[in-house]
Amino acid sequence: MILGSLIEPGLGLIVWTTITFVLLLVILAKFAWKPILNAVKERETSIENALQAAEKAKLEMAELKAGNEKILNEARAERDALLKEARDLKEGIINEAKTKATKEAERILQGAREQIVNEKNAAITDLKNQVATLSIDIAEKILKTELSNDDKQKALVGNLMKDVNLN
Amino acid sequence: MFVNKYISQNNKILSILLFITLLFSANLSKASDPDEHSAIVQDSLKSHGLMPTHEVIHEEEIEIGALAIEHILDSHSWHLWGHGEDAVSIPLPVIFYSSKTGLNMFSSSKFGHGHESFNGYSLHDEKIISEDTSESIYDLSITKNVVQMMISMIILFALFISIAKTYSKTGITTAPKGKQSFFEPLIIFVRDDIAKSNIGNNYMKFVPFLLTIFFFILINNVLGMLPIGANLTGNIAFTFVLSFITLIVTNINGKSSYWHHILLPPAPKWLYPILIPIEIVGIFTKPFALMIRLFANMSAGHIIIISLIGLIFIFKTIAVSPISVAFALFINVLECLVAFLQAYVFTMLTALFIGTAVEEHHAHDEHDTAKAKH
Repeated sequence: MILGSLIEPGLGLIVWTTITFVLLLVILAKFAWKPILNAVKERETSIENALQAAEKAKLEMAELKAGNEKILNEARAERDALLKEARDLKEGIINEAKTKATKEAERILQGAREQIVNEKNAAITDLKNQVATLSIDIAEKILKTELSNDDKQKALVGNLMKDVNLN
Repeated sequence: MFVNKYISQNNKILSILLFITLLFSANLSKASDPDEHSAIVQDSLKSHGLMPTHEVIHEEEIEIGALAIEHILDSHSWHLWGHGEDAVSIPLPVIFYSSKTGLNMFSSSKFGHGHESFNGYSLHDEKIISEDTSESIYDLSITKNVVQMMISMIILFALFISIAKTYSKTGITTAPKGKQSFFEPLIIFVRDDIAKSNIGNNYMKFVPFLLTIFFFILINNVLGMLPIGANLTGNIAFTFVLSFITLIVTNINGKSSYWHHILLPPAPKWLYPILIPIEIVGIFTKPFALMIRLFANMSAGHIIIISLIGLIFIFKTIAVSPISVAFALFINVLECLVAFLQAYVFTMLTALFIGTAVEEHHAHDEHDTAKAKH
């Protein structure tokens, strides 16, 4: 008999359980589950967003890094190009200068050579003139000496006369 | 087929539990025979106006079987300690509707220790009976179970509304603290691992319902384990209401494919006379299994514990107490697990039933492939 009541649902408890459960469901759903679930959901969304943002930032960072690398490479290339250009320019300037210098040197040498020739000619002419003057002086002195006394004059005349054939 | 594999699995567990319960109850019913006899004697004495009956049949012996059953049954007073006339208990309100006298309301202390009659009504095995046999009585008393249920309701309100307030106060940026951090994983578990994985799309609609079921069962399982707690979740009326609500929720939300499966199962036409009744019975067996499972599990646990403790009184020696206390402790720890497990199982199966009812596309696919094969 007492066992029978174990498996026989009592009306009172059925009624009270129904009332309690409905109350629980309605009130908890409105004042507990809704705000809790919303908050949890919101937090999950915010975490998800944060994670996504982090991922995005990471990607952006990588992109930025890649960009930096690119810029760096470009800069490096530009630097190389600049250096090369500068080197070329330097070489060009040096070569040009060298050519110019050579030309100038040649020109100077040429001038010098011409001048030397001119000087030489002038010197030769001068020397000739001096030699002529000297010769004349010498001849004059010799003549003076030879003809300083009458004997010598006579001898000379005599020599000269000797050669002369009075034909 | 629609006859669920989960059901068959659970039936195995269920049958074992029922076997254990029956094993105990077989012994118990034997034990309760003298009690029944005494009750009859008592009634006859009462009807002859011979009072007080309890002195005549004062029990020295403690009937463990009857005690165990009494322990898990509902009661009109909250028994704290003591036995028989020395029992200390809190009287609870008795409310009932009588076909003759209408609504009656009085304290259960009016019944004395359950042996006195009041206004022509008396309590027999926790049932209100009238002297007038033609009078039908609808007992709506605030019994021990109802009181515990109300306490659990208040606890649940206080707990979860305060948790909800914490969320709105601290916002979502701070990490959960205290009870919030204890219950949040449970709530998320119910939402993700019970609702989402079993119901699929549109699961959010059922999450409040499942959460309420889960925590309502859980808290009453836990309260029932306290020494003076009531065995509410091991009461068939309680499990009946919950599983009946599951039945209603499942079938109200049943989509066309669900009804299609029941009324036009994907099987040869000549099997219909067998299959359709099976499917229709299946609608009811699933929540019925839910009802029995929770009831049997919780009741069995309580019976085992009290029986183990009762061994001390059966052997009438304290020497047996280390063994029986050790075993009772073991079962008690096991019951802690069972308290969570049964709340989980009930909620999970409810979600599963809802899942099969609201499933739209997958069921069609299954049906189509079955048709193609055929």
